[in-house]
Amino acid sequence: MNIFVCIKQVPDTTTRIKLREDGNGIDEADIQWIISPHDELAIEEALRLREQQTGSIVTVLSAGPERVTDSLRMALAMGADSAVRLDLPSDADSGMNARALAAAIGKLGPADIVFTGKEAIDDGAAAVGPLLAVFLDLPSVTVVNGIDYRDGAITCRRDVGGGNIEVIETPLPAVVAAQVGLNEPRYATALNIIKAKKKPIDTLSADELGVTGADRKTRLKNFELPPPKQSCRIIEGAPADQARELIRVLAEDIQVI
Amino acid sequence: MKILIIAEHKNGQLSETTRELFGLLLGQAEVHAVAAGENLEPLAGPLGQLGAAKVHLIGSPALASYTGESLGQALGQFIPQLAPVAVLAAHTPQGKDLAPRLAAALDAALATDCIQVSFNDGQVTVRRPVYAGKATAEVEFTDDSLKVITVRPRTVKAPELDAARSAEVIPVAVELPEQKTVLKEIIASDNARPDVTEAAIIVTGGRSLGSAENFSVIENFADSIGAAVGSSRAAVDAGYRPYRDQVGQTGKVVSPQVYIACGVSGAIQHLAGMRTSKYIVAINTDPEAPIFQVADYGIVGDLFEVVPLLAEAAKNRNGS
Repeated sequence: MNIFVCIKQVPDTTTRIKLREDGNGIDEADIQWIISPHDELAIEEALRLREQQTGSIVTVLSAGPERVTDSLRMALAMGADSAVRLDLPSDADSGMNARALAAAIGKLGPADIVFTGKEAIDDGAAAVGPLLAVFLDLPSVTVVNGIDYRDGAITCRRDVGGGNIEVIETPLPAVVAAQVGLNEPRYATALNIIKAKKKPIDTLSADELGVTGADRKTRLKNFELPPPKQSCRIIEGAPADQARELIRVLAEDIQVI
Repeated sequence: MKILIIAEHKNGQLSETTRELFGLLLGQAEVHAVAAGENLEPLAGPLGQLGAAKVHLIGSPALASYTGESLGQALGQFIPQLAPVAVLAAHTPQGKDLAPRLAAALDAALATDCIQVSFNDGQVTVRRPVYAGKATAEVEFTDDSLKVITVRPRTVKAPELDAARSAEVIPVAVELPEQKTVLKEIIASDNARPDVTEAAIIVTGGRSLGSAENFSVIENFADSIGAAVGSSRAAVDAGYRPYRDQVGQTGKVVSPQVYIACGVSGAIQHLAGMRTSKYIVAINTDPEAPIFQVADYGIVGDLFEVVPLLAEAAKNRNGS
């Protein structure tokens, strides 16, 4: 099978966000970059599928500037066969990224299956999977936490919130967006991380992908940090009094119960 | 300027998240609503009373249960006929799945999970969280393409129904091609509590609960006030709670009216997932815990002592 995985490089979850002086983005200095956690599930699923289907190839794609190469190397260290960076600006929107990914899969494919994460933890847009599927004219299933593979088709468990699950059947090829619960991603071993440093990473330019500025329809600007909270009102007293007072606040001041 | 609201509904009832969309600053826009599925007639009255001028009903058994493919195709046919400036949907499991499909099919601009949306003097202004709420940013639309916008539940209150208003009802026919994806089954959760993404109140426990069984303290209190039960990542990783309850950057990002954190220290990735809550209450033995820096109300104390008393106080209040 020809298996593709689309990943995004994002700031580590422990990052404290600082804004750029012009307010139109974040200060990227000192950021530790990681593969977005749900995208690691997508890589893992691709590797497990390759293990079931002999002769399969796992190709990992990521759109972004030069720094993205590090995350692609990490995907190679986890076990992917090849990695390609799509040379797009760091502020490309979901639509532009999905256009580029679709074009790359068009060039390198055809795909038998494409995995993405359910969303990236930077913009949380949850958009690239379904966008990409429409651009490739493939069916897509989002927020998937379980897959049964059969010949030419898959049955997916889709997490629709509150613990409810939809069981969706789709023929392959298809685009599947991975949710926590799908698998436990493996760690790359130190040896494989060293080996991955020597592996080539191809680059496709926006020109080669046929992506232009017109494919970007949104731009983020005027970033703001959340306003600092007014100081916290500490409720004092004996525990039973504290409890009664908090319930009174919920009922009378906030009027939520 | 035409705006189209995509209505979600179940058993003839509009979902609360759809009602809320009418509470956004829609200015002088001509508000349309569309609903698809079966037995849609009961929806037209409330949609009109909420403020829709026209209600488009796509009646079709093939749309009775949601799949992104079928509703995406149906709306993909209908929306160009109406030619609105913007399409609004709630950022629910359905809206999240549907919006990017529509944006791709209609070559539209996409802004998801927005927390401010206003339509003033023909200008659409939209703001959304980034880095799971560690910051927010305005979404600039760089051309005049159709805009597909999803709005985070509980961003604004739903307006009251205005009995004096009613909408013109327009039936719409679409032709669906053969479907590739098939919804085989819906496995309903055994969770009787509201989901954390849609609850008005969330009571969250952390790893300091110490075991899955001890979460009954949190559950009892949550049930006494009709709240959802949330969990920190550490408590999920420790196996105390299922992933569906996890609040934080790698779990669910939530904005309830009140978020009550019990024994949660407030790791940065947890704060990112809940700091847009309207009110935050922290209960923790450590007065230096970072959670108090984002809290509006705090109790410094042992959750095992305080939380059962909260449940008792809530029940007493209800009983009185």
